[in-house]
Amino acid sequence: MAAYFERAGGAAGGAAIVLDPMEISILRSLATQLLELIGPGEEPENGSGDPLDALFAEGPSKAPDDPALARLFPDAYRGPGEPEQDAAGKEQSAEFRRFTEGELRSRKRADILALVRTLDAATSAADGEGVVLTLEPAQSRQWLGALNDLRLAIAVRLDIDDEQRADQLFELPDDHPAKPLVMAYLWLGALQESLLETLLS
Amino acid sequence: MTGHRPDDGVVVSSVPLEIERTESEEAPVEVPSPDVPWVTVVHNDPVNLMSYVTYVFQAYFGYPRDKARRLMLDVHHKGRAIVSSGSREEMERDVQAMHGYGLWATLQQDR
Repeated sequence: MAAYFERAGGAAGGAAIVLDPMEISILRSLATQLLELIGPGEEPENGSGDPLDALFAEGPSKAPDDPALARLFPDAYRGPGEPEQDAAGKEQSAEFRRFTEGELRSRKRADILALVRTLDAATSAADGEGVVLTLEPAQSRQWLGALNDLRLAIAVRLDIDDEQRADQLFELPDDHPAKPLVMAYLWLGALQESLLETLLS
Repeated sequence: MTGHRPDDGVVVSSVPLEIERTESEEAPVEVPSPDVPWVTVVHNDPVNLMSYVTYVFQAYFGYPRDKARRLMLDVHHKGRAIVSSGSREEMERDVQAMHGYGLWATLQQDR
């Protein structure tokens, strides 16, 4: 039976959940796949490691080819379903992307890495079947972002592009090949919702 | 950003021609660009939780819960909602922040 986040940590706030090894493994696997999709950090090739290089490095000017990545890093001047832009509009989108996508990728990577690290730390500290995971408020916010990005990416893989399609997923037969991913998607939504409640209460 | 360079050399002088100019390096008077505000638009999608979108509007913009919820419902029912307005630079910041949270936002001039 799937568990959900509960408020923990007293006045400082925080969240706790008990996960079984299977749940840990699913979460970790999905998070790792998303990390691979987003890609490694932009390390300078000559290895100088100057942080200023990273600060002034320009990001890409074209939207990612992978539709899940394109959803995580959308156009800033063209909304969903809007017509193709003219040349000036495309240039605006490209310029925004050059100046923001690198930073956005770093942030998303950091959130997902935080999720993986807390999973690993809790697993190595566990001595029984259930793994108790406790999050500080700052970690909760990183988890919230990571869970949301996971759901966005999975939704693209499941072709969830409107609300009818989202509702249809509930009715998939158990032997449908997409069923495990659908179950994971719904579970991540419940995890996110319960984590959000700990932040709001 | 494109189209926003103030150094395009648009100079207006109010000095009448017959008066001899004594300061050749007089500071040019720039014509202010029309002050049309920009807006940040958040678009609906079937994935982001309604509670999460409300949370983002509260956490990032500092909107009270009622306003954040009203904006979220606008996004949900009307497909899109204007969530902030200001200079182009400010709106680019807001749009980038929304993308960081996983919301699909765009900016446009509020004509």
